[in-house]
Amino acid sequence: MRFPSVSDTISGAGAAALRTGRALADTSAWGPQLVVQMGRLGVDSVPIALFIATFTGIVLSLLASYIFTGMVPLYFVGALVGKTIMMELGPVLTGMALAGRVGANIAAELGTMKVTEQVDALETLAWDPASYLVVPRVLAAIIMFPVVTAFAIALGVAAGWITSVNLLDLSTAEFVKGLRSFYQSKDIWFGLVKAASFGGAVALLGAVRGLRATGGAEGVGAAATRAVTLGCEAILVLDAFWALVLL
Amino acid sequence: MIALEEVVTRFGTNEVLRGVTLEVPDGSTTVLLGRSGSGKSVLLKHVIGLIRPTSGTIRVDGHAIERLTREELVPIRREIGFVFQFAALFDSMTCGDNLRLGLIRQRMASDEIERRVVDSLALVGMPEVIDRFPAELSGGMKKRVGIARAVALRPRYILWDEPTSGLDPVTSATMDLLMQRAGQELGVTSVVVTHDLGSAFTVGDRVALLHEGRIRAVGTPDEIRASEDPVVRQFIEGRPE
Repeated sequence: MRFPSVSDTISGAGAAALRTGRALADTSAWGPQLVVQMGRLGVDSVPIALFIATFTGIVLSLLASYIFTGMVPLYFVGALVGKTIMMELGPVLTGMALAGRVGANIAAELGTMKVTEQVDALETLAWDPASYLVVPRVLAAIIMFPVVTAFAIALGVAAGWITSVNLLDLSTAEFVKGLRSFYQSKDIWFGLVKAASFGGAVALLGAVRGLRATGGAEGVGAAATRAVTLGCEAILVLDAFWALVLL
Repeated sequence: MIALEEVVTRFGTNEVLRGVTLEVPDGSTTVLLGRSGSGKSVLLKHVIGLIRPTSGTIRVDGHAIERLTREELVPIRREIGFVFQFAALFDSMTCGDNLRLGLIRQRMASDEIERRVVDSLALVGMPEVIDRFPAELSGGMKKRVGIARAVALRPRYILWDEPTSGLDPVTSATMDLLMQRAGQELGVTSVVVTHDLGSAFTVGDRVALLHEGRIRAVGTPDEIRASEDPVVRQFIEGRPE
């Protein structure tokens, strides 16, 4: 099984993005499926995102306390937990978790449809696979990644607060003081914009790899694996891009 | 009418079709015979624009398929039903929804859609599977639902990809009957790809043999049966090389 080169992947994803953009015009194809996909790709991903956020919040507050003790006032734990989870770890770790779940799901589903000629059948019934299969998944991911990330941020900060109050020598008032002292509204929207872009990239790459699957079960497996790898790589590249552009 | 003119198709270095010329007259059932891997299914997919040829022309009602965009293909695809070798039913949908999907695309009224779904499943003798999922059906049943999906569109043409492969003799005979009924009752022009000689001579008005990327022989079933061409004789008699 030969994996495509990086340039193949970038040009393939670019072409798919253009075709997906054009396919947006066919609202009758993707409209009825959007809510279904939002449920499958977003709502069903909430538990894993919350699980990761909880432990991230706990570790971050303990780590901050370890770093700051004796050098920086301890209420800065709230600032570090809040800023880090809102701007970086919330979107990136949630994105990575969803890249595994959502990217593999899309690639495996569309890959199976491709190798069993269901995608061809769709075309013979005069549906455009880009409109019918790709657009609702990409849009659902763009909408739902920020929603799931928002829940993850809230729970991560809450976990950091509960850890600080119970395991560190820090009161709720001090934690909130730290949280508020460096807070800007940009912290939130920066994280959510990143999450939306991660969602679009993960879903699009999953769809591209799935629709290029060949050769039966082995090809579908390879497509799913590749979709997850590419999704994680895309998240890291986009993360750096947004940091350069928006910070 | 469907007409192929000097169609050449290459996949990398593999030249599958080397200049296929074939006409399918309206109202006929043309059977395309050939050995496994001879490019029969590829040729069928050319007709509906799923695969583009390397060179040559495929005309459906005068439209050069290989030059059309995806959007331009839509009205032509509405005239063509495709029966896939392994049915290619959407496994996330019930059989009824498999049929409805194509009809919804044609923007029909919902009561007309339901009537077509029921009638088409009845035509293939499977009205009871309307709410069942493909995973609950046998291979032969899936193929019949695939036929119902194609017939539901009331197409002018139906392309049949190996409709009897892998089926028991009784179910194969049922498939032959369905192909004949599609021609007689619905007035459909059919192209049938198969290597099942019994089926070919039962349903075909014309039979063509695809050999080494070209049409080696074409004629009525009687003409093909009486052919002196050694390649045709070898295929009909099933002699090893």
